[in-house]
Amino acid sequence: MSRVRGLEELVGPVALVALLALFSGLWVSSVDQVQYVTAIVYVAIVAALYVFVGNSGVISFGQVSFVAIGAFSAGVMTIPVDTKPGVMGTLFPLLRDHSISSPWSLVLAAGLGGVYAFLVGIPLMRLSGIAAGIATLAVLGITFNLFYNWDSIGPAATVESLIPVTTDYWQATVGAVAVICVAFAYQRSRFGRQLRAAREDPAAARAAGIDIHRQRLLAFTLSGALSGFAGGLYVHLLGSIGANQVYLDLTFLTLAMLVVGGVSSLFGAVIGAITISLFNILLVNASGLGIHVFGLKITAPSGTSLVGIAVVMLVILLLRPAGITGGKEFSVPWTAVRRRLSSG
Amino acid sequence: MIHVQNLIDAVGLGAVYALVAVGIGLVFGVLRLINFAYGQLIMVAAYALAFTDSWPDAASVGIAVLVAVGASLLMERIVFRPLRTADPSTMLIATFALAYLLENGALLQYSYRQQGIDSDPIGTLARLNQAITIGSLNIRWVSIVAIGTGIVSLGGLALLLNRTTIGLQMRAASMDFRTARLLGVRADSVITAAVAVAGVLAAVAAVITSISAQSVTQRTGFDVTIAVLVGVVAGGIDRLVSATLGGFAIGFATSLVSAELPSSGGTPFTSNVYMPSVIYLAVIVALLLRPDGLFARTSRGAVERV
Repeated sequence: MSRVRGLEELVGPVALVALLALFSGLWVSSVDQVQYVTAIVYVAIVAALYVFVGNSGVISFGQVSFVAIGAFSAGVMTIPVDTKPGVMGTLFPLLRDHSISSPWSLVLAAGLGGVYAFLVGIPLMRLSGIAAGIATLAVLGITFNLFYNWDSIGPAATVESLIPVTTDYWQATVGAVAVICVAFAYQRSRFGRQLRAAREDPAAARAAGIDIHRQRLLAFTLSGALSGFAGGLYVHLLGSIGANQVYLDLTFLTLAMLVVGGVSSLFGAVIGAITISLFNILLVNASGLGIHVFGLKITAPSGTSLVGIAVVMLVILLLRPAGITGGKEFSVPWTAVRRRLSSG
Repeated sequence: MIHVQNLIDAVGLGAVYALVAVGIGLVFGVLRLINFAYGQLIMVAAYALAFTDSWPDAASVGIAVLVAVGASLLMERIVFRPLRTADPSTMLIATFALAYLLENGALLQYSYRQQGIDSDPIGTLARLNQAITIGSLNIRWVSIVAIGTGIVSLGGLALLLNRTTIGLQMRAASMDFRTARLLGVRADSVITAAVAVAGVLAAVAAVITSISAQSVTQRTGFDVTIAVLVGVVAGGIDRLVSATLGGFAIGFATSLVSAELPSSGGTPFTSNVYMPSVIYLAVIVALLLRPDGLFARTSRGAVERV
């Protein structure tokens, strides 16, 4: 029974993503589909963010650095080798003269994201609270600054748009579900449980023999690898890469999705990403083409969607300060179900 | 001589950053809240300044102060107060959402009016950008104004905090809010006072930054706030003095490093485009060495032993 009950915590988030994918695959026109694929990629990024922030309770502004590493490596390495010297001649020869296929670029993205997170995490995971938040923000600042200016590792200040678009709704769904499964497996493992114990009471966890620094570093590295992977999916969805696409706006958006959903549960991460994305799609369509509500056509000036999404976030936070899920995992109310079955 | 000039400009920028740091530090003291929307407070005040550009300068600045204080109080009443007991991460994201709301609200103004430009000019006050020449030094008036305003504002604030009842209550609340309330300090009035003062400081910072930038956009105040937040935490957010010093240090270092480094060069750390990396690296090192802040009075006490 307890095994079944554990699995439903995985089934809930996966089912949500599958539903979204099914909906976008069956009922959405191919023009609008990209918005839904973006939503699914956001699920992957937020679930990766959750692995560290949710389990450790430490707010990190730095996870988008790993998304950036993943996006840049996957993007730069999949531009066809015959066009690369022409568009980005200043690259290091190793990057300029080689290209890999898009599935391998996802592996590379995950690997580099993990390595970078591990190296950054060794010193930074000693910090907690506000100091940790600001130090990770500094990491993001450095990552952005390097990508924006150094033309030996990427397109620097320009946006490079020759990247093959391979993330369709099928790949995005498989990718997001994979990230969710890894996140689930981690939080159920002894390492995940140790870190969650340290989140609830650091002193007691330390007394019980938990090495908080090591557990945080492990989560940070895993989160970095998943973020890198999600960054790879993201760049193959956008078809272009520029340093500003993976900087503060994405950081704020993904953190907001996580907190709006409920920061300490995987279900919250998924629900937050999907809720905000769906509101965004609704508002974008309303401001572009107009939506029909009870026969009335409502149109709003462009840009209203951004204001609208901020209002939606604020309202959800004011109504449910602990997030939509309240930080709880998905569960079927088994006792109620059983009572219903036995009485009926 | 160019170095002396750079030094004076650096002190000027440091003074502006110090004002922003005090605004952020005051609110953090009473609410334990890192306000990412502080930059948008600066933006709102800067817009007020730009829209009233044809008015007499004093009236224009007065309006900017009123607007910033009003916006600051409104933020507190609508968002911070209901979330006062919520998780810190919820408060933080709420300030993101506020920042996002105000920034895009400002952007929307242009799509309504179908304007091609994306900034509003500051006209009459911009003449403060002219330089005065002393010997071989060319100093912009705005640097002098920044330093002067910084000294006056910080002095006034020190008087407020040390010589008035509400100042005493603010200091008490930032030391230990619960005990302060038990001793009869009214939470709402202390928080309102702190938020209002933060609004005034935002307006002062807005006036100086928009004069030296000569225009106002929906991003005015954003980069300053991010930089100051980093500086405040690196300096030590728990005390107003250390937070202010941190803010000053980051402004001073930013200005000086970018003026002294060469302005071209593609490889990392050979030119001033890599200045942010240098600053951020220094901040990381500072935080690793002193997690409570460079200028914090004492290092962290013993770890809680249950």
